[in-house]
Amino acid sequence: MSTRARGAAKTAAIGGVVRVSFDGRPLEASPGQSVGAALTSQGITAWRATRKGERPRGLFCGIGVCFDCLLTVDGSANQRACLVEVREGMEIEGSCREDPSEETGGRA
Amino acid sequence: MTPPIVSADIAVVGAGPAGLAAAVAAAESGATVVLVDAGAQPGGQFWRHRPETVVPVPDGQGHHGWKSYLDLRARFDAARHQGLITYLPGLQVWMAQQNQPAQGDDAGFTLRTTPTVAEAASDRSAAGARTVVARRLVLCTGGYDRQLPVPGWDLPGVMAAGGIQAFIKANGILPGKRFVIAGTGPFLLPVAANIAEAGGKVLAVLESSSPTTWLPHLRAAAGVPEKALEGAEYAAVFARHRIPYRTRSIVTEVLGSGSLGADHASGVRTAKVDADGSVRPGTERVYEDVDVVGFGWGFTPQMELPLSFGVETRLDTDGSLVGVVDERQQSSVPGLYLAGEVTGVGGATLAVLEGLAAGTAAAGGSALPQKTAASEKTTARHRRFAEAMHRAHPVPPAWQDWLTPETTVCRCEEVTAGEITEARESLGARDARSLKSFTRAGMGWCQGRVCGFASACLGAGPGASPTAESLSSAAKRPLAAPVGIGELAALDADYEDPTNSLLKGDRA
Repeated sequence: MSTRARGAAKTAAIGGVVRVSFDGRPLEASPGQSVGAALTSQGITAWRATRKGERPRGLFCGIGVCFDCLLTVDGSANQRACLVEVREGMEIEGSCREDPSEETGGRA
Repeated sequence: MTPPIVSADIAVVGAGPAGLAAAVAAAESGATVVLVDAGAQPGGQFWRHRPETVVPVPDGQGHHGWKSYLDLRARFDAARHQGLITYLPGLQVWMAQQNQPAQGDDAGFTLRTTPTVAEAASDRSAAGARTVVARRLVLCTGGYDRQLPVPGWDLPGVMAAGGIQAFIKANGILPGKRFVIAGTGPFLLPVAANIAEAGGKVLAVLESSSPTTWLPHLRAAAGVPEKALEGAEYAAVFARHRIPYRTRSIVTEVLGSGSLGADHASGVRTAKVDADGSVRPGTERVYEDVDVVGFGWGFTPQMELPLSFGVETRLDTDGSLVGVVDERQQSSVPGLYLAGEVTGVGGATLAVLEGLAAGTAAAGGSALPQKTAASEKTTARHRRFAEAMHRAHPVPPAWQDWLTPETTVCRCEEVTAGEITEARESLGARDARSLKSFTRAGMGWCQGRVCGFASACLGAGPGASPTAESLSSAAKRPLAAPVGIGELAALDADYEDPTNSLLKGDRA
């Protein structure tokens, strides 16, 4: 799926839709949206697990202060989802376990 | 690699109401200005709007003082075209220093910056890091929602009240469907109004204070008629959308079960409280099917840059640590001016007035700024109003009783209230700095920005307010923004560069 996203990279957003990928899955966002908004509006409200308690985290302060919403964008780790704007072909990776129900699931 | 150097007479940090005003006033006084801002476009938090790449002409809907923004923005754009203002968006200052006076005592300041968003992740062809050198510095770093921990506040779906508003303003959509907004202060009203106007359901606004606390302060409020008008607008929105405004009410717990699962906010438990914040037994109530809970307990001024210069500080009426300034907005450090929330939380109108005064003064050297008697009166009225609001909406002294030992206080390092109480009782950690070293509270990614106030309160003990020293130790940060090793290493390169005489002397 990330191949599809990569193939679309660098091409202009068509019809007011920006195509990105989250953990390899394709996702549609609106131009100008933050990564945090794009994920949250698709029902994805947590994309990071805390180090100690593995507690899920997503947006909190929404303005770049709390660093709770960190994720990886196009290979750059520790980016604030509330501040990064979506871009066509962007590859977004969270650090939650792939499937929270899987006891043995490794961290991304 | 050493970042390129940008020099000007005056550097301004922050492009919100105060920073825009300061930059414009300085440029219109004939000075050259560099404006550094973490945001991608002007406006700051208060005038945050959809990206201009998508909505080139924002209509200002849901904004207050939008005319004031448009006026400042037009003057800002004009000064940029004249080459008087160099605008550096998307950069955060990670270190600010006073240059050593090599010749004379006007050596100025150096700001080291780093991109807010990694260049690989950025859509803008941002210029990359810059080192800013200026004779005078105006810090307009604003503030953010003050938070008090409560059981369940670390669940996804819980946001800062201002974070919800920023989400709506920047994205034009809502972060959920059914909201409860809680805390204290007049700011909860516009947040709820923004949600309702964008189509969200606000189940309740819970205000820990009571309107009767307003009565002694009505004179101050009457001095600012536009605030009364704002209040009337909110009342109309609340009536139209049937938003219940419950005073003397708090969220005692964010519940995390139900349709969205245990790992997401799904409801809140609430209670009525006495004037000091003590929960009244038997007043418990549960709101179900809530997917976003917004908290705001006033604001915390962003003080790390002023503190890094050692400016004189004071405790403001709302318990916040703020910078002391003279009538020209100059701090105790000569050449360093402060404007906006860092001199006391007072809202955008006051921030603009302070920014104009700071910019004019910074550009005019020792001459008094061209402040009219009228603008001074307006400033005084707004300060009185802000103070009245602070007195009417205090952080309830009994808030620590709402915590359980398991409640997370430091979200980054996952430090609980129990661990902090233990450090206070057994190890004698009574201020934010000792708590940091014993428990790691405030040592994570946010460097205590979120839990600093609460940790300082917990260190002071039940019912007590933190001292300025404790708040200061919570807000002092070795680096004002996270940077890479490369940027730290480049500092040495700066010093080794013999052509760079301005920077050579600033090794403290």
